[in-house]
Amino acid sequence: MSSSGTLERRPPPDRTAPGKAASGPPALDRPGPKRAGGIRLGRRRPGAKPGQLSVGFAIPAILVGLTFTLGPIIVIGVFSFLSQPETGGGVVYQFSTEAYRHFLFQEDFLGNTHLDLRYLRSFGLSGLQALVTTVVCIGLAFPIALWMTTKTPRAQNLLVLVVTIPFWTNLLVRTYAWILLLSDRGTANSVLEMIGLEPRQLLYNSGATLVGLIYTFLPFAILPIYSSLAGFDFSLAEAAYDLGARKLGVVRRIIWPAAGGGVMSAVALCFVPAFGSFVQPVLLGGGKVLMVGNLIAAQYGEARNWPFGAALSVIILILTLLGAFGLLRWAKRSSQKVSLAI
Amino acid sequence: MGAVSVAQETVIATAAPTSASASETGLSVAGAYKTFRSAEGGEVHALDGVSLDIELGEFYVLLGPSGCGKTTLLRAIAGLEPLDGGEIYLGDERIDILPPHKRPVNTVFQSYALFPHLSVWENIAFGLRMEKAPQAVIAERVAEMLALVQLSEVGGRRPSQLSGGQQQRVALARALAKQPKVLLLDEPLSALDLKLRRGMQSELKRIQRETGITFVFVTHDQEEALSMGDRIAVFADGRPAQIGTPEDIYERPVSRFVADFIGDTNFIRAPLTVRAGTCFGGIGGVDVPVGVDPGNGQTGTATLAIRPENIFLTDPDQAELRGKLVELTYMGTDLRCSVELPDGQRLRVRVPPPFGQTHLEPGGDVGVAIGAGQAKVVAE
Repeated sequence: MSSSGTLERRPPPDRTAPGKAASGPPALDRPGPKRAGGIRLGRRRPGAKPGQLSVGFAIPAILVGLTFTLGPIIVIGVFSFLSQPETGGGVVYQFSTEAYRHFLFQEDFLGNTHLDLRYLRSFGLSGLQALVTTVVCIGLAFPIALWMTTKTPRAQNLLVLVVTIPFWTNLLVRTYAWILLLSDRGTANSVLEMIGLEPRQLLYNSGATLVGLIYTFLPFAILPIYSSLAGFDFSLAEAAYDLGARKLGVVRRIIWPAAGGGVMSAVALCFVPAFGSFVQPVLLGGGKVLMVGNLIAAQYGEARNWPFGAALSVIILILTLLGAFGLLRWAKRSSQKVSLAI
Repeated sequence: MGAVSVAQETVIATAAPTSASASETGLSVAGAYKTFRSAEGGEVHALDGVSLDIELGEFYVLLGPSGCGKTTLLRAIAGLEPLDGGEIYLGDERIDILPPHKRPVNTVFQSYALFPHLSVWENIAFGLRMEKAPQAVIAERVAEMLALVQLSEVGGRRPSQLSGGQQQRVALARALAKQPKVLLLDEPLSALDLKLRRGMQSELKRIQRETGITFVFVTHDQEEALSMGDRIAVFADGRPAQIGTPEDIYERPVSRFVADFIGDTNFIRAPLTVRAGTCFGGIGGVDVPVGVDPGNGQTGTATLAIRPENIFLTDPDQAELRGKLVELTYMGTDLRCSVELPDGQRLRVRVPPPFGQTHLEPGGDVGVAIGAGQAKVVAE
């Protein structure tokens, strides 16, 4: 076995020892890809750097990566063009564009098709909610991030840690915590009672959904804005003061443009997941309003229309990609650094 | 100590005549204090009772080692650093109580601090936009400023596309665009290489002459200070150690610190004696006249400052004061010698060309002569 031969050869070979020289396979004595040992794939090609392995080693990782990233998307894409079975969930392998038609049109009992805007309204509502979430998150995150950058490096590290603490806990658990806070006999109402105000219904409305969304996505707004401001040269702010700008002018004309890339990253990181959010509208909003997230979930659940659920997902994916493309175009034009991930 | 009182008198003497006229129109700082807390919790007196008067249209240099308070004073004038005590006047108006945007003062920052997201043109226009100047005025003034700093072709570029020297000039144009009464420059040339710096020095002098604006220029480079300043304030430990023209500072330093900081200086400990109305210092057993008024009764041992170029090497056989040549270095423009005196103190001497008039050889004896009036008593 060549691998065991390699192991035996690890101590410096003693070629003069009688019998030993003949025991190893002769191929191993050739000057050549010694460090590759017995593995054929690792043979160094001419021009390769020392320590560089051949592409072959990357194949398993690439396969795993592709399977887990593109795989589900391909499945969704294929499903969206298949047909719905007569009964139950799943798909029938028969090409159809019915799922996409179903998004905008509806067929009545007489067989006439007419425009149906209910699903589009769901998209609009979700978009509006995501927009409000994004605007509020950035409005809160910008001053927080700016404040963080004025602290000592040690304090800044600590503050970044504090911002990321929510990531350590499951989203569902944190959302249930909000239920406890906002419920009829929850903390918020107790406080209201203590200061002499009427307790009120805080949970199961769009306000509660918004609170949950803002809470969830605030760190995703703070972190990119903070990182774009972390290296900010405050002598620029001083120069603006010196040239006659007031405090708000300095923020608007000097600091905000410096944070531009981070703000755009924050828009992407808040808006996209908030648009397709599922947990907050269902748990905090009571699922009373049909949002994109629970609309899709319903297609795989109660409605048993997998192709339509897949089609909705594909539509969101395309909208997102278009948005990301536009964002990157903008970034390139204004030479801002935008990253679409943390 | 007597020498200290001499020093203080000189400072007051140089500052006094200007203060009366300058307070009408110039910039004056009165008793400015600023204390920082250091990382170890100690107190650092960045400004320790600074008072000075800067005349209108003057090129005024604040010179000193790092941490001497010169930059803090500049930032206090700009309004970027509030004072703990003291007042700053521009003409008759007290400006230290005004926010930065209300002071007719602009700054050229050491790092230039150009706005990276704006073009050169927009950078220069920034201050005018802040005061809501009409578009036509802005366009005219920016073009004028670009021409002044000879950058008319690069107005559309971003600062990052310019060389260091060009960025420096944009920073200058941006600060001048608002036509400030006083322009503050915080070590503006320190990031440039030597050749570029020389060019910018004469450029700055030209611009200052053309605009007639009062320049307050901070530097730690004594050569830059001497070549550019109309007057120089040498800072040490949060206050001016001496204020005067470049000539005053170089020829008549009041303290060891000033003499040491500006140029190359020999310091010799010498006993003082008074004979026939003149004060002498004993160097190697030879009495050399020193420029101190014997009337103030100074006696004992004092420190004499002598510039290397004011010491001459002569024939040892005919000289009163002799020494041993211990080191000889050829520098092209001059010979740098080190001479050991009989009492063991060493003198650095600069011999100008043509060389070879005196036979110089390491280890040999040389005669030493000190230029008339060139040995000066300085405060320790």
